[in-house]
Order: sequence, then structure tokens, then C-alpha cells
Amino acid sequence: MSSTEFFQQLINGLSLGAFYALIALGYTMVYGVLRFINFAHGDVFMIGAFCGYYLTPRILPHFTGAWAPLGVVAVMLSTMLICAALGILIERLAYRPLRSRPKLTVLITAIGVSLFLEYGGQFLFGADPKPFPELIVDRPIEYAGPLSLHRPLSSVLSQMGGFFERVGLTVTTIQLVAMTVAILLLLALTFIVKRTKLGIAMRAVSNNPTAAALMGINIDTVVSFTFGLGSALAGAGGILYALSYPSIDPLMGLLPGVKAFVAAVLGGIGSIPGAAVGGIILGVVETFVGGSAFSTYRDAIAFALLIGILLFRPAGIFGRMQAEKV
Amino acid sequence: MKYRHIKKFALLGAILLSALASHFSGAINSYYLQVVLFIGINITLAVSLNLINGYTGQFSLGHAGFMAIGAYVAAYLSTEHSVGLFRLFGGANIFSVSLLFIGVLLAGGLAAAVVGLIVGVPSLRLKGDYLAIVTLGFGEIIRVLIQNTDAVGGPRGYSGIAGYTTLFWTYSVAALTIYVVVSLIDSTYGRGFLTVRDDEVAAEAVGINTTRYKVTAFVLGAFFAGVAGGLYAHSTTYINPSGFDFQRSIEIVIMVILGGMGSTAGVAFAAIVLTLLLEYLRFVSGYEWLPEIVRRIAANRMIIYSLVLIALMLLRPQGLFGRLPRRGSLSK
Repeated sequence: MSSTEFFQQLINGLSLGAFYALIALGYTMVYGVLRFINFAHGDVFMIGAFCGYYLTPRILPHFTGAWAPLGVVAVMLSTMLICAALGILIERLAYRPLRSRPKLTVLITAIGVSLFLEYGGQFLFGADPKPFPELIVDRPIEYAGPLSLHRPLSSVLSQMGGFFERVGLTVTTIQLVAMTVAILLLLALTFIVKRTKLGIAMRAVSNNPTAAALMGINIDTVVSFTFGLGSALAGAGGILYALSYPSIDPLMGLLPGVKAFVAAVLGGIGSIPGAAVGGIILGVVETFVGGSAFSTYRDAIAFALLIGILLFRPAGIFGRMQAEKV
Repeated sequence: MKYRHIKKFALLGAILLSALASHFSGAINSYYLQVVLFIGINITLAVSLNLINGYTGQFSLGHAGFMAIGAYVAAYLSTEHSVGLFRLFGGANIFSVSLLFIGVLLAGGLAAAVVGLIVGVPSLRLKGDYLAIVTLGFGEIIRVLIQNTDAVGGPRGYSGIAGYTTLFWTYSVAALTIYVVVSLIDSTYGRGFLTVRDDEVAAEAVGINTTRYKVTAFVLGAFFAGVAGGLYAHSTTYINPSGFDFQRSIEIVIMVILGGMGSTAGVAFAAIVLTLLLEYLRFVSGYEWLPEIVRRIAANRMIIYSLVLIALMLLRPQGLFGRLPRRGSLSK
């Protein structure tokens, strides 16, 4: 493998890792607050992709010409809102009544919710794969002239294209958008968790729910907020994923969902930077395996990674081992 | 008569009864016979999964993977390696076929048990929800591996398997599985499984090797799932990797949950009811007089499954026949 090829695969891997990171964040946040794995999270991701499918033809035509990027943002934001609402609804209806019950009960319910979304989706949208609309034109970023102040966005893109051409890499618009959006969302999330009142409450609940409740934090609000936030990220991930792999079906959430979970464990479940790093590692590893002689085992590599991490460092990269308190 | 003698007589009786039923099975319509065979296979699967999920409290979602291993190993051996054995015993007579079938079923079960051990040791260090996803992943890996194995047809599936499975084999295995699981749980050693489920910390504190118990349950469950897979392969005579997917695992899990985790009788009963219900739904989806929406839901059985799961957990988490943990127990 030449070094250009290596970097090309690295870029492909990074953009795949961006999706995994976005989904993994939802797993990790919910786990941090409730100590439970939201099995239905991968399906919220699927619903995100379907929101994009149904919203794009209704929203995008209203934004023409130079306003088109704003239309993409509008589709993205409304999808994130719908998914956040869905996440909050799921928690309210299915998980909240069971919060004091044994963990296994909640887990089984989560599996039930996941199956309901998958097969209810099959019932509503049809089981056959659907072509995802072309929200962003997918083309390699190329040099198209010097910087000009009249069209700042496209001239910046052109400069980047020039750079990519010089080093011999191909980066497509969708890859760039996926990575940019993922980074922006990560920054926004970090800000929310570190600086806002609800974010601080979230961390407090994650640290010690009983003490947090005694300090006057409303646990229900925090849990709802966490579900909303995680589901919004999954929704955004769903759209980005559907842009790169533009064939969507109601069962598409299962495998990316499980892989994102692996990413969350890899980074250390409960840790937000861990989820991002885990997602990126998984994406890169998977792309390299996909480009090698073992490409048919691509889907299995995530689980091999999982076994490895569980054997050697069960707390994950950023996690800390905790002794169980009785 | 002592309880443990009753169990042995029940096992013997069940085997004799299935032999008798098998003798007259020619009189049954072949479709009904297939359904009855599936019921027996599902009982084996559900009761063996109950040992892991119900009695030991480890939530496995990969039972179909072990079933797949058993099915493929047994089918491969009986198809490719039967000639020599038959030559030794002068053709395919009842003796040589029985010997071969027992051999391949055992081989399938042992292969699944070995994989269960490989899967179990790293993943059983994890708790509940982690384990569920890991086993789900393993189920998928096994499927991907089979899909990439050309010797057994890869994604095209494996056909031309001899139809050795009869009522006798199916129900003898089911009875044996129930016997083994019940005897195990009733034994002094077997109480350890319940302890691990009820309170892992307390179990460790009184000197129970929890990991060993979990792995034992897992390996034993995988073994019987493998045997059930062998029976399945030799009753349908054609298997393909997508028949052992996540949905199949969920089906078995639902039998366990519906019957009541930790109740062998309940789980066996649920296996019977659910298998019959599924077959019945096939007819319902074809009834012209029903409204379109009912027929479409009947055709998509996973929607019904998911609603059953959620409703059960909200209303009766112990399942139809299970018992709630004792009041005042420490487990959370």
C-alpha cells in the first residue's frame, strides 16, 4: 500500500468513523446517566435517515441557488428535532415506568422497542430499500480557481481541492460534510455538557444520581434531556450515513447501531470523548480491513475488536474500572 | 417413589412415547408433521436458552448462532462422510442411519459447545446488557463466517441434506434436554446457577465461582442448541445462513421470556404455543375477509413479538409462568 493509498483509506475511514462516533455518543450518554444500554438507539438512527428521505423533497425546493446549503441545514435540524422528540417519547413511555425494576426487564423492553421501530418501520415505509435523495451533490472536491470574496464558500472549497489534488487524494463533498458536521456537533455537545446548567446536571446525575437528586436536580428532566440529545445526534448521523450509502431500509439501523455500541465500549462507555475516539478508530480499522484481502469479514471486525478490548481493557480507552459497591 | 426416580421414568416414558408416535407418523400429513417437529426443536432451543437466560440470569441473544453451528456441522458430516460408515454396516439400514445421526448430532452439539466456550470466556466477564450485545455480535460473526465458507454453500445455502429427523429423535432430544436442565437445577451444584442470577456479589462472597457457573451454563446451552440445529437441518433438508439470523435468536428469547425466565415447564409450553401461533398467523395473513391492515400485521410477526415483549415487561415481567423474586431479596 502506497502512502497516498494509505491516506486515502484513512480519509474514507475517518468519514465512516464520524457516523459511528455520532451514534456512539448517544449510547454513551444514556449509559452514563441511567447505566443501561438503549438498544433502540440504532433504530432512532434509522428513523433519522427516513426523516431525511421524507423531508428533503418537502423542504429543499424552498431553498434555491445560493440558499441551498441552508436547506440542507433545515433538513438536518428538523430531522434532529423529530428524532429528539422520538427519543424522549420512547424514554417516557417504555423506560421510565420500569426505572426501579431489575435491569434485565429494562433491557428486554429496550429490545422490544428496537424491534418495534424496525418492523413497525417496515410496516409503515415498506421493507424494500429506498434511494435516498441527493441532498448534497456528491463530487470530488477540485481546484476551481483562486480565492474570491464574492463566493467565499466555494472558493474555500476550491483551495482545499487544490491541496487535495497536490497530495493526490480524493475527498468527496459528502465526506467533507460528514466530517465537518460531526466535528461541529461534537463541539456543540462538549459545550452543552461542560458549560450549560443541564449539562452540569447531567454529569452530576451520571456521577451519583442519589446525591444529585438530593441537591435538587430533577432526574426526570435530565434523563429526558439526555435521551433527546443522544437521539438528535443519532438522527444527524442517520442523514449523513444515508448520504454516503444512499439506500435506506427499516433494518439499516441494526448493524451500525451495534457497531457504534462497540465504538462506545472501545472508548470507554460513559465517556463522551471516548465515544468519539472509539467511533473514529472503528471506522478507520473497518475501512482498512474492507480494503484488504479480508474484505468479506468487514462486518465481523468490529466484534473481534470488542473481544480484544474486553479481554485486555474492559473499561475501554478512556474509562476507569470501578469496583462494584454493595 | 422418590422425586429423582420420577424424573428418570418420565424421561424414559417420553422417549418411548416419541418412538411410538414416530412409528405412526406416516399417517400424519407431512405439513403437520413438519410443524410438530419444529415444536420439538423449539422446545429444545427454548429450554436450553432458559438455562442461560433464565436460571443463570445471563442474557444471551446469540442462540441462533450456536444452532447454526450445530446445523452446519451435522449437515456437512452426514452429507459428506456417510458413505464410508454405510459401507461398513452394509448400506443405509436403520442401525447405520441411527448411528450416523447420533454421531452427527453429537458432533454438531460439541462444535457449538466449543464455540460457546470460546465466546463465553471473554464475554461472560460482562454483566447483563453488555453480554446481550456481545452475544448478538457473535451470532452475526458466526453467520458471516458461514456465509464465507464455500464448502457449505456460502450464501447460497446447503442443500441435499438427508431427512433423518423423525418424531422419535426430535422428542427424545427435547425430553433429554428438559431432563438434563431440570436435574441440573435441582442438584446441589445446580443451585449455584440460581445464586449467580439472584445476587452475584453475594454468590461470590460465599465462595461460588460465578464465572465458572456462567460459562458452564453457556456451554451446556450452546451444546443443546447445536443438537437442535442438527435436528433442524435434517428435517428441512436445506439450510442457509440467513435462516439463523438475529430474528431467529429473538424468537427463542421470546419463548423464554413469555414462558417465564427460570421456569422449564413454562418455557416449553411457550415454545409450543408460539410455534403454533406462528403457523396460524401464516393462514391469517391469507384470509381474504380480514381487513388489509390485520393481514399485513399478521404477515409481519416481528411487530407482534415486539409488542408482546414490551407489554409483558410493563405488565408481567416474570412471564406467564415465572415467579417473581422473593420479597426482601437483595437483588436489584
